[in-house]
Amino acid sequence: MLSPTILIPAVLNGLLIGAIYALVALGLTLIYGVLHIINFAHGALLSAALFAAFFAFRLLGLDPYVAVVLLAPLFFALGYGLQRFIIGPASHGDERNMLLVTLGIAVIIENTLLYAFHADTRTIDVPYAFRTIDIGSTFLAVSRVVGFVAAFAVALALWLIMTFTDTGRAIRAVAKEKLGAELAGIDVAHVYAVTFGLGTACVAIAACLLIPSYYVNPTVGDAFVLVAFTIVVLGGMGSVPGALIGALLIGVAESLSGLFLGESLGQIGIFLIFIAVLLVRPNGLFGARA
Amino acid sequence: MPNQGNPLSRRQFLATTTCGVAAAAIGSVAMPSVLRAQGTPVKLGVLHPVTGALSYSGQQGRLGATLAIEEINAAGGIKGLGKIDAVLGDAQSTPDGGTAEVEKMNSAEVACIVGGYASNICLATTQAAARYDLPYVVDVGVADSIVTRGLKNTFRFGPGFGVISKTALANLAAINDQAGKPAKTVMIVHEDSLFGSGLAKLLNAQLPQQGFEILETIPHPTPTRDFNNVVLKIKAQSPDLVIPANYFNEYVLLARTMQQQQVKPKGIYSVLGGAASSYKFVKEFPDAARYIMDCNHWFDPRNDKAQALKKKVESKDQFFTYEVYMNYSCVYLIADALERAASVDRAKLTAALASSTFSGHLMPYGPTRFVNGQNEGAAPVNTQVLDNDIKVVLPSAFANAKPVFPRPA
Repeated sequence: MLSPTILIPAVLNGLLIGAIYALVALGLTLIYGVLHIINFAHGALLSAALFAAFFAFRLLGLDPYVAVVLLAPLFFALGYGLQRFIIGPASHGDERNMLLVTLGIAVIIENTLLYAFHADTRTIDVPYAFRTIDIGSTFLAVSRVVGFVAAFAVALALWLIMTFTDTGRAIRAVAKEKLGAELAGIDVAHVYAVTFGLGTACVAIAACLLIPSYYVNPTVGDAFVLVAFTIVVLGGMGSVPGALIGALLIGVAESLSGLFLGESLGQIGIFLIFIAVLLVRPNGLFGARA
Repeated sequence: MPNQGNPLSRRQFLATTTCGVAAAAIGSVAMPSVLRAQGTPVKLGVLHPVTGALSYSGQQGRLGATLAIEEINAAGGIKGLGKIDAVLGDAQSTPDGGTAEVEKMNSAEVACIVGGYASNICLATTQAAARYDLPYVVDVGVADSIVTRGLKNTFRFGPGFGVISKTALANLAAINDQAGKPAKTVMIVHEDSLFGSGLAKLLNAQLPQQGFEILETIPHPTPTRDFNNVVLKIKAQSPDLVIPANYFNEYVLLARTMQQQQVKPKGIYSVLGGAASSYKFVKEFPDAARYIMDCNHWFDPRNDKAQALKKKVESKDQFFTYEVYMNYSCVYLIADALERAASVDRAKLTAALASSTFSGHLMPYGPTRFVNGQNEGAAPVNTQVLDNDIKVVLPSAFANAKPVFPRPA
């Protein structure tokens, strides 16, 4: 079991699945980490995005990697609208209300998907679905490697947006001091909606990268969300590099604990790492001082 | 304005997420169940996991049951009792969800419940129904303990683990012997709830008696997001046979990952493989499915009624999976018992089910004969994916193809 022929591929698999977690967690770290909206609809939005990618392929013939160009702006608009016209007005600025409103949205989205598409599990068969890269002791799925590279690209893009653009500065200002930002002329409701939109666009990107090697059904997103919340806290709330590194760490921890303790106990590794890191760094790996 | 200017602290996070998780739990329990019709003479509880991890199988089961109910009602209902009113329930893929639905169905005064699908759900729901002496016909749940607890209300139409594993092993030995015994070593990959674990335990006890060496038994949860590590272990030990025992999604992911990692054992021999006897899997992933063998529930291909139902289901753009025809048959079994009992009285219906000799079903079982709640005529068949279709390869009385083993290179 300790043979490098198993250990090395297991670590690589962990990194590749971690990159998928990162794509889901990057959106959440903006919404949850920066705006403090505990977005229970994140998983349902991922399911919706997976359905969108599925139908873009089936009905329009769009490869998921091409569909990302269409779906990312579409889901940005969806996220913007959800926050601007539903979550914001319905929650009156109270975080507990936001939590319940997002939970309500999750229930509505999941049940709408269930009603419209039934519980049937669907997959797409892209030409590269079974293509692999041979690295000697193992074969890495091309779709997972693309996801890995994309996770870094998305993280970099988000970091650039947050660090160097006016929008990023406005988001950070609102996160830090909402009233002050408002007094400085920042449209807080707009910034909240933009941030939520960016987070939702990340979900759409994650969906397009996930669907070539995974399946979609109305509750498929749930499997990723608890892990994504863990990653956001582990990496440091609101930290883009934290979400990326945290996700890769969690992916490897899950993979190795699955290997040594059995797949049924794979999640133990995630939470052992989570507890250990928070004991040493209570604000997460890259978190700012509270 | 809470937390103005401060990042969310860990304490606040824990408080709010605990609140949210509690709310989510309440939400999931209190979620209104699906359609409920009221006020017709015979109420029949139709209980399946139509949401959650098992939702596809649950929806297929519901489809089979409702198709049978529609047909019976279209023909005028049950003689002397009238039409059937389906009280639909969602077990939400958990035993607790199923138990909650049984309570609701009992309050709705159903005459009988059909369904459950997963073993762990059936175990809980039959127990809950037993408290009210409410007759319960298990559609699929295969754990033997479902019918060995002495519950008078519980009847299982299909075969249980004991019969299935015995048949599967006898057929495996026969196929292997016929091919000159190319397979000696085995790895078992199973889901870790009652169904997969129970089956793995039986296989571990019985495979060595048939001369097979078990290299490793790997459990995994449902859902599992990634099977790469499992496949790595298979690759490292290179067994002659891989025996998967899991539900549809995980089965497909495992088979796809094996194909991707170019792991090609001499055979994949499933016992109740979630996708191995699924037209959907064969259609969507013909390369991954090719030559997979399975010992599973399967309809009688010579039965005209079964072929007609297959066409009907496929015309609705659905796949003719075992959940469909098992539930369809179970509803007809109950309708027959209701007609003979001439009453919705639970005791009379239980007695009518216990003495059933119903043979108007779609399965290769012969007349129904319940002994301690188990239909003694029920038996699985062996199938194999050949020529992008699912063929019956054993028993020879039903076979429409010969097994291809070992898998051609």
